[in-house]
Amino acid sequence: MKRWLGGPERTAPLLVVLLTVTATAQVTFDRLLHTSAEPGNWLTYSGNLQSQRHSLLTQVTPANVKSLELQWAFQSLSLEKFEATPIALDGVLYTVQPPNDVVALDGATGRTYWTYSYKPSPLTRPCCGRVNRGLAILGDTLFMGTIDGRIIALDAKSGREIWNVAVEGVRAEAGYNFTVAPLVVRNTIIVGTAGGEFGIRGFIAGFDSATGKEKWRFYTIPAKGEPGNETWAKDSWMRGGAAVWVTGSYDPELNLTYWGTGNPGPDWNGDDRAGDNLYSDSVVALDPDTGKIKWHFQFTPHDEFDYDSTQVPVLADIQWQGRARKVIVWGNRNGFWYVLDRATGEFLFGKPYTKVTWTTGLDAKGRPQNQVTPSAEGLVVYPHLAGGTNWYSPSYSPHTGLFYLSTWQDGHATFAKGPVEFVEGRPFIGTFPIGTTLSINGTQVNRRMPGEGHGAILALDPSTGTKRWEFTMSDITDAGVLTTASDVLFSGGREGFFFALDAKTGALLWKAPVAGIVQAAPMSYAIRGRQYVAIAAGNSLYSYALRP
Amino acid sequence: MSAALWALLFAAAAAVGQHVYTNADVENGARLYSASCATCHGPRGDAVRGVTLFGGSFRRATTDDEVARIILGGIPGTSMPPNKYSEVEAGMIVAYLRGAARGGVTTTAGDATRGRAVFTGKGKCTTCHSETSRMAPSLDDVGVVRRPLEIEQALVDPNADINIDYRFVRAVTKSGETITGRLLNQNSFSVQILDSKEQLRSLDKTELKTFAIKTTSEMPSYRGVLDSQEIADVVTYLITLRGRR
Repeated sequence: MKRWLGGPERTAPLLVVLLTVTATAQVTFDRLLHTSAEPGNWLTYSGNLQSQRHSLLTQVTPANVKSLELQWAFQSLSLEKFEATPIALDGVLYTVQPPNDVVALDGATGRTYWTYSYKPSPLTRPCCGRVNRGLAILGDTLFMGTIDGRIIALDAKSGREIWNVAVEGVRAEAGYNFTVAPLVVRNTIIVGTAGGEFGIRGFIAGFDSATGKEKWRFYTIPAKGEPGNETWAKDSWMRGGAAVWVTGSYDPELNLTYWGTGNPGPDWNGDDRAGDNLYSDSVVALDPDTGKIKWHFQFTPHDEFDYDSTQVPVLADIQWQGRARKVIVWGNRNGFWYVLDRATGEFLFGKPYTKVTWTTGLDAKGRPQNQVTPSAEGLVVYPHLAGGTNWYSPSYSPHTGLFYLSTWQDGHATFAKGPVEFVEGRPFIGTFPIGTTLSINGTQVNRRMPGEGHGAILALDPSTGTKRWEFTMSDITDAGVLTTASDVLFSGGREGFFFALDAKTGALLWKAPVAGIVQAAPMSYAIRGRQYVAIAAGNSLYSYALRP
Repeated sequence: MSAALWALLFAAAAAVGQHVYTNADVENGARLYSASCATCHGPRGDAVRGVTLFGGSFRRATTDDEVARIILGGIPGTSMPPNKYSEVEAGMIVAYLRGAARGGVTTTAGDATRGRAVFTGKGKCTTCHSETSRMAPSLDDVGVVRRPLEIEQALVDPNADINIDYRFVRAVTKSGETITGRLLNQNSFSVQILDSKEQLRSLDKTELKTFAIKTTSEMPSYRGVLDSQEIADVVTYLITLRGRR
């Protein structure tokens, strides 16, 4: 493992060379393929195309992390949820102030270079807040999907709008919206549509980076006559959801892009959509140049609990039963974590990481057995309606070989099956479940009793299927996880701390109070030989570095 | 809810320009609420910070028409979006917010005057419940935040559903001090309470030998203390308490 910016294998001279080379260069796709060559930058939502959210910077170590100090805080001009991960390029951070303002900041001081303001249509109908998870970059251009269903390209140096396109069939008033940070593959900007609570028909689409012209579209629900359409009763496929709202991954050797899909609609009453409801709650492997599907794996067939599979597909190369395997590691909202062969979609294993009662377990192919269904009176089911995990970014460390996942333990909800009627632009969900944690949703107030749910970060070994350690929190968490090659893990939660754990043991090494809950994921970057770790919390973005 | 009680609840409202609703309105409103509003506001109307939909009053609206306008048009600059409902449907949701959330009837008809006497006399309720009480909820608006059946249950079986705002803790410090109080907040490292001397205290969990949240209510059961008529009277009195909103 190559180390950067200090530690026992200090390579500062090489870093200087790299910064010199890249300081004025555009972000080519080749650079996105080789982010490990420039760990001082953070060029995609999850840090690399494998979505490992793992930094090769090693200046911050388990031994010195307690000396981290706040360098600056950027307060957004918004009280809406701050879920974006910044892009870092040559000392500049690019992030999204909710709902869709793009901000360029100096990564060393937090001072603003420019702001691009975008006012979305007031007709937009997001289910869960006007959120945005970040940007993509290619060349000198930043790309953003908007909450009212547009794709926008901006000049990274000035914030000038280069193009701003409406997407065919995407009507904000019908519930379509983009919250996902785009993924760049060659000159294609890939996004998926959110709106799974409004009876939309989900899709993933590729757009030309130069013009915004749509190149291909993959509907996450097959049309009449296409394979998979038979898994939807009658015309339920037309409004079956399967939305996409978390960024996918890319394997250059296989030339496949992987995306997780959301719940079938209506969420909590599947009576009118008998069948497995493909490709809801699935991972789909697509050709990034055509959008053609190569394989799929469905985690939760005929879901009636809103167990979206909109998680970040984490690509790892591991040893499995004595041989090297290229896998996807997947912490699913349904309470299981999975390892799949990413060339074929073959199920290697799936195990519960939290209490699960909606199924008695998985068969040899990963299909859940004896699924329960909500009753009219209400049925208590584990995990919670928000899941055992959700969209929170996991991390995979090639250094430890472990997969790190933010989870909710002991969460459950009462699911009742009620009448549903489809009316365009209205929620198409069924009866909202009563969860154990809803009454204090989104606050730092925690009066929860043991057994009513709490957060935990788990370290899971995909080579053996075992849990290595668990860091338990009193409150629940919506925070993503970052690991570094020096074996420091960063995360947060609703308790209002940004903290560091030892990635090998789970021991708490450091914590800092932040003004609000952490519902974003950390990232790391470097400027002039100094490593920074940044996190959005509350309504601000914070950046930390070691005391000089 | 009986037609008579329904009429009683809404007569005053109609007199000041509010609407009168039918039970069908409320039922339809409940369905619409559950399928839409509950996504953000939660099934009990309290999931959005600082907003209590079932409290009977609203910060940005007074009349039913104003509430309906917010449902239809949203609140610009906030997370409250416009909604595609007809005015009739918006009215049904208002009906649910205004009425059904505090609906339900007790099994026995009560008398509010007699109930007040029991409340302040034999029941000794004011020992803990007053406008200035800190360790028990003030009941001065209980008629708009709790349904009659919930009040009745709280009287006879207070452990069945303990108000999350009134959970109590017991902690013993490493130095041997026993501390009890009302749980205000906690995280992995500390717990904030209003202790039995009504002092705000923040306890470091690493300094505690034991710490537990009580699973029983501080409220005594009135089963066997008050008879069913007295309980019905107290409930009937309490639903007349509508605060100073």
